[in-house]
Amino acid sequence: MPRPFTPKVVTANALLEGDVVYFTTDNTWTRELTQAEVLTDEADADLRLIDASRQQDQIVGAYLADVDPTPEGPKPTHFREEFRRTGPSNYFHGKQAEL
Amino acid sequence: MYKYSEFDTAFLAERNAQFRAQVERRIDGSLTEDEFKPLRLMNGLYLQLHAYMLRVAIPYGTLRSAQMRQLAMIAEKWDKGYGHFTTRQNIQYNWPKLRDVPDILDALGEVEMHAIQTSGNTIRNVTADHFAGAAADEVDDPRPVAELLRQWSTDHPEFQFLPRKFKFAVIGSEADRAVIRAHDIGVQLVEQDGKRGYRILVGGGLGRTPMIGKVIRDFLPEEDLLPYAEAIVSTYNILGRRDNKYKARIKITVHENGIDTYKELTEARFAELKPQFEGVDQEMLSSIRAQFAAPAFRNAPTDDFDAAYKADPVFRAWADTNLAAHKVEGYAIVSISLKKHGETPGDATAEQMRLIADLGEQYSHDDIRISHEQNVILPHVHKSDLPALHAALKTLGLATANIGLISDIIACPGMDYCALATARSIPVAQEIAQRFDALKMEHDIGPLKIKISGCINACGHHHVGHIGILGLDRAGVENYQITLGGDGTEEATIGQRTGPGFSYEEITDAIERIIRAYLEHRTDAQETFLEAYRRLGADPFKAALYPDKAEGKANAA
Ligand code: HEM
Ligand code: SF4
Repeated sequence: MPRPFTPKVVTANALLEGDVVYFTTDNTWTRELTQAEVLTDEADADLRLIDASRQQDQIVGAYLADVDPTPEGPKPTHFREEFRRTGPSNYFHGKQAEL
Repeated sequence: MYKYSEFDTAFLAERNAQFRAQVERRIDGSLTEDEFKPLRLMNGLYLQLHAYMLRVAIPYGTLRSAQMRQLAMIAEKWDKGYGHFTTRQNIQYNWPKLRDVPDILDALGEVEMHAIQTSGNTIRNVTADHFAGAAADEVDDPRPVAELLRQWSTDHPEFQFLPRKFKFAVIGSEADRAVIRAHDIGVQLVEQDGKRGYRILVGGGLGRTPMIGKVIRDFLPEEDLLPYAEAIVSTYNILGRRDNKYKARIKITVHENGIDTYKELTEARFAELKPQFEGVDQEMLSSIRAQFAAPAFRNAPTDDFDAAYKADPVFRAWADTNLAAHKVEGYAIVSISLKKHGETPGDATAEQMRLIADLGEQYSHDDIRISHEQNVILPHVHKSDLPALHAALKTLGLATANIGLISDIIACPGMDYCALATARSIPVAQEIAQRFDALKMEHDIGPLKIKISGCINACGHHHVGHIGILGLDRAGVENYQITLGGDGTEEATIGQRTGPGFSYEEITDAIERIIRAYLEHRTDAQETFLEAYRRLGADPFKAALYPDKAEGKANAA
């Protein structure tokens, strides 16, 4: 049996700042995971990744990351994505300080 | 110290101008990321988890105070006010913006520094013993040779697309303070029957397949260094495996073909190359040597030092751990710890860098070193200046007396910054350092090297830590494997895994259990952890780490 598709978001790094961004329903990029478009269908996710990757003038390295959809918006399921959403743990730098 | 020639300056200005144009073309959309990525990597610009990262080479770990001040200025103006010194004698800036990078590179160029070949499958920054030119035990200062290798390897047309990255390290004494046995090529200055030459090692490396370098020439005559190095690298360039990234390093090439075959091929290539080197390299080397002439040491009394040593226990503790023997009487080599308990190993703030620059200028003949252990060295300090130096270091938290002790930990950036990481390493180092500081055990434990990597690439040298810690991702959870008995010195040894790993919450306790087992089993306070491990083997430590398992075994028996 094929593995069930788990919900995802498209994420990347911003071209100029290098920080973490997420793709939204209206084809723009947000710095907040809660604002990201949650993709629940595999074919749709692949298409949205292609759309996102076309925006070469804005982002670098788009990929699909697993999320857990909650009433407050999508949350990371893996600790790597948790760090990307928050920032490093040794200094109060990055998103935790800026958002 | 080496000063750029006109050629160096012009080359660097041209490279920086090219990169500035490349960045502009990336931003205006004429270059895609696929096109731009190799260009930025050639200039040391990575993209990490939260931002870009710029890796700047500090050739053979040597800085003048003006260079250190410029590194501080860059940290303040274009980054978040600090820099991270690494095990390969580089400094990494963790937060530069793409648009600013050309300006940063120009600012580096002003002080004869750059980020070229700090990435990519090229010959990387040539590292050296951080005590070079000062150590009591050296044959000669290894830095002129490192500089010669730097000039030869920088922009070397044949070696811009090697099968994989390639790292040199150079030392001038039997004691190996630069881990040359874990480098692709290790060079050791030696003397035989009154003649200078080199012992050459090849095929060392860490990463997923750790290997200790093998001797390819026990005594290479002085004038043969460049043609021989070129023969080794060009043999690798042809023979190295480009089909599999994990088998592409020279350590695998040497391992798969055997050192004898590798040596044969190298010697044949050397015979071809040798006639092409007509002695220009030796002329260059002697002019480089002149620039590394020893400073004018002074002959002065050391009464101030003796008095402070007697009167001030804090100074005494620092002097006992952070000083090393200098070749000139009355002088000392000072290690400034960047490992204050609870701080990030290897990080220095702009303010700290500036203070170090001032102190290096005032007390160390304008000579500052970065060690592969992520500390800063002032190599030439007269003992009578040490009390004043120590007092100044204290003002900015730079007087921690822990060199070579349990809290003097090497840690790679790990999951806090690195895109390749499988777990964090910095907070593990912070917690271990704080734990043993709180327990006030560190001086009783004595010499001990803990090294931590956040993934199998082993940038934190965990394989050669007396205690090595490797952070992995086990089913979405951070998990830390422990190795014991590693050694990065002339007795280089790869550490052995103890068994199953520990969670992030458990790892500091696990380390404490190992340490308590050592304290219990050592013959006396003179027997170091490594000596005890070598005498006892892993069993008592495994028993301390996995008590349930040991009981299980006993029950079964
Ligand atoms: C943060 C970005 C970094 C990346 C992407 C990175 C990447 C890598 C990779 C892929 C390897 C394995 C190479 C191989 O075996 O073929 C490696 C090895 C190594 N790196 Fe890093 N590294 C990073 C940071 C560092 C830092 C901060 C240091 C110094 C503290 C460092 C020093 C080393 C060393 C000493 C090795 C092992 C020796 C060797 O086999 O070359 N790296 N790195
Ligand atoms: S060891 Fe792994 S996690 Fe650490 S810096 Fe190297 S690549 Fe990154």
